[in-house]
Amino acid sequence: MSNSLKIENLHASVEDTEILKGLSLEIPKGEVHAIMGPNGSGKSTLSKVIAGHEDYAVSGGTVHMDGEDLLALEIDERSRAGFFLAFQYPHEIPGVSNANFLRAARQARLPKGEEIDAVAFYKEMYAKMDELGMDRKFTARSVNDGFSGGEKKRNEILQMMMLDPKYAILDETDSGLDIDALKIVAQGVNSMRSPERGFLVITHYQRLLDYIVPDVVHVMHDGKIVKTGGKDLALELEEKGYDWVTEELAVA
Amino acid sequence: MPDSATLEAVNIDQDEGAFSYPEDYKHDAGTGLNEGTLDYISDIKKEADWLREFRKKALKVFNDKPMPTHWASDDLENIIFQNIRYYLAKGGAPTRNWDEVPDDVKETFERLGIPEKERKFLAGVEAQFDSEAAYSNVKEALSKEGVIFVNSTEGLREHPELFRKWFGKVIPTGDNKFSALNSAVFSGGSFIYVPPGVKVKHPLQAYFRINAENFGQFERTLIIVDEGAEVTYMEGCTAPKFETATLHSAVVELVAMKDAKIQYITVQNWSNNVFNLVTKRGLAHENAEIRWIDCNIGSRLTMKYPGVIMKGRKARGEVISIALANDGQHQDTGAKMIHAADETTSNVVAKSISVGTGVSTYRGQVHIPKHLKGCKNNTECDALLINSTSKTDTYPAITVKGNEHSTQHEASVSQVSEDQIFYMKQRGLSEGEAMSLSVNGFVNDLVREFPMEYSVELKRLIDMEMEDSVG
Repeated sequence: MSNSLKIENLHASVEDTEILKGLSLEIPKGEVHAIMGPNGSGKSTLSKVIAGHEDYAVSGGTVHMDGEDLLALEIDERSRAGFFLAFQYPHEIPGVSNANFLRAARQARLPKGEEIDAVAFYKEMYAKMDELGMDRKFTARSVNDGFSGGEKKRNEILQMMMLDPKYAILDETDSGLDIDALKIVAQGVNSMRSPERGFLVITHYQRLLDYIVPDVVHVMHDGKIVKTGGKDLALELEEKGYDWVTEELAVA
Repeated sequence: MPDSATLEAVNIDQDEGAFSYPEDYKHDAGTGLNEGTLDYISDIKKEADWLREFRKKALKVFNDKPMPTHWASDDLENIIFQNIRYYLAKGGAPTRNWDEVPDDVKETFERLGIPEKERKFLAGVEAQFDSEAAYSNVKEALSKEGVIFVNSTEGLREHPELFRKWFGKVIPTGDNKFSALNSAVFSGGSFIYVPPGVKVKHPLQAYFRINAENFGQFERTLIIVDEGAEVTYMEGCTAPKFETATLHSAVVELVAMKDAKIQYITVQNWSNNVFNLVTKRGLAHENAEIRWIDCNIGSRLTMKYPGVIMKGRKARGEVISIALANDGQHQDTGAKMIHAADETTSNVVAKSISVGTGVSTYRGQVHIPKHLKGCKNNTECDALLINSTSKTDTYPAITVKGNEHSTQHEASVSQVSEDQIFYMKQRGLSEGEAMSLSVNGFVNDLVREFPMEYSVELKRLIDMEMEDSVG
C-alpha cells in the first residue's frame, strides 16, 4: 500500500468541456506540494474533482489515497476516509452554528451509537480557535454567515484542524487575506505539518509559499502539470511570470 | 442531532404514531351526517336544550356554506362527508388515574410517551382517544388555586356560566364551513379556566389521538385566562395511516382578560391522510398577550390560520409558525391579526419548508382600521424549497388604514443550494444529515421559541423527514 495521495492521468470535464487533460501528481505523506498556475489552468477543478463534486465528470484516470480508490467513494465517504478540502469560497449555512456544524462533522466519524464527548470537544475547539486568533463568539455564529473573507478562511483552517485529515488541499486559501491573516493561517497549517499528513496548496501567488514553504512546486497549465521543481520554482515563477512556462512549452 | 439521553427522555419519533388498536367502542354514531347524528351525540352527553339547538343550527350553516375552493385547495372536494363517522367513544367519563384507562388506550398513550412527560414537566394532561378524553388530570396544587382543566363536555356541564359566556363568541359558528361543522358535532377538547392572578408555571398538555378509520375528530377547546393570569397550553396529535382519508376539524377559542397571557403551542404530526381543517382564534383584552406557536409537520392538507383579535388597548398578538410539507402534503397556514384597539401590536413570523412535491402556502391577514392610533404589525414569512418539484405560495393581505400605524412586511424564498450540500458533505456529513442540518438551521430561531422538550422533539421530527426525503 502506497502512502500517498496519487493522481494518475486524470481527465475530467464540466458540461462536455474537458478541463483536466491527463493530470498526474503524487503527494507522499509528510510532504507539502504546491500547485501554481495561471487563471483557467484547472487548479480549482482539480480540487473539486478530488472532493467528488457532481458537476464534474471524470472520464479517465485514477486517484488513490493510501492505496484506496478515492473516486469510488461518495463525497462524504472521501471526507471521512481522511480527505479535506479547504474551499476557495466557503459556503454559508444560515442558522447552523459553527460549533454544531463541527460537532456534527465529528459525530459523523464515530461508529453508530457512539456519542461525542462534548466537554473534550469544546476544549479542543477553543484551544484551536485560540491558536488561530478566533474570538470565542465564532462558535455560536452561523457557519460563515456574515464572515469576512479572512474569517471564512480561518474557519476553514479551524475545520481542518478539528477533522484531522490525512491529506488536505488548500484551494487558494490566500485569496482575500491580508498579510496578518495570511501569517496566522500559514501558522495553523504549519502546525499541522507532520510525517502523517500530506498537503497540496493551490495558489496563484508565490506570497503564501513564503509562509508555507513547500517541498515540491508544480506548475499547472491547460489541465496538466507542465513543470515540477523545488521551492525555488515558485520564486522563479514570481519573477518571470507564467508566460515563461507557457513559452517554454511552446518551444518544447 | 440530540444526544441519545435526550432522545430517550423525549421518546417520540415520527413513526411512533404509526400503529392502531382494533376498534372496540360502546358508542358509535354511525356513518354519515344528519340531525340524528347530532341527537345521538347530545343524548350521550345529556346536553341541555340550548346546546342541542346550537348544534342543529350549526348543521344548517354547514350545509348552506359552499366549500371554500374558490380560494383554497381543490383537494377539499375529496372529503366525502357521508363516509365519515362523527362520534366514537368507549363510554364513561375520563379518569384521573392511568390505571383506570382501558388497556388499549393506555398502551396507545404510553407508546406516545404521554404519562412519562406528565411526570416530568407537565402541570396537567388531557388525553383524547377519538371522540372523548380517556384521561384528564391536573396537579392538585393548581386545582386548589382554582384552575380548571377538564374536557369540553365536563366544562359545559360543571361550569356552564363560564363556558356559555365565551363559547362561540370568539369564533362564531358561521365563521367558515368547518367551524360550522365543528359546532354541529363537536366532542372532546379542553376547557381551561385560570383565575385572576394565577400564573401556571408548567404547561398544560392535551394529546389528541385518532385510532379509528373513516373517522372525524372534532374537538372544541375553550381557554379563559382571567385578569393578570398566565398559562401555557400544548397540544400534540397523531393518527395511524389508513387507506382512507380521516378528518380533523377543531375549533379553539382563547380569551385573555386584562393583563393575561396565553401561550398556545401545537405540534401537529397527523399521518398524511388526515385533512386537518382547524379554526383557532384568541381574544386579547387590554394589555393582554396571546401567542400561537404552531408547528405543522403531518397531515395531507392542513388549513389553519391562528388569529388574535386585539380588543383592548395595548393588547399583543403573535403567531410563530413552522410548516414542513413533504411529498403529497399541502400545508396551507398563516395568521390573522385583527387590531381593534389603540396601541395594539402584532407579530407574525412564519417559516415553511417544502420537500419533494410538497406545497406550502402562507396566508396572512392583518387588519388595522382607520380610527385607531399607534398600532404596529411586523410580518415575516420565509420559505425554503428543497427540490425543484417543491412549491410555495405567499398571500399576504395587509389592510392598514390611517397613517398613525407602523407596519413592516418581509418575505423571502430560498433554496438549499447544491453547493451548500456539497460543502457539508465534504466535511463528512451524509446527504440526509446535511439536509437536516440546513433545514434545522433555517427554522432554528423559531424552534427556540418552543419549550425545550418540544424543540428537541421538533428537531428530531425534522431530521427524520429530511433523512427520509433523500432516501
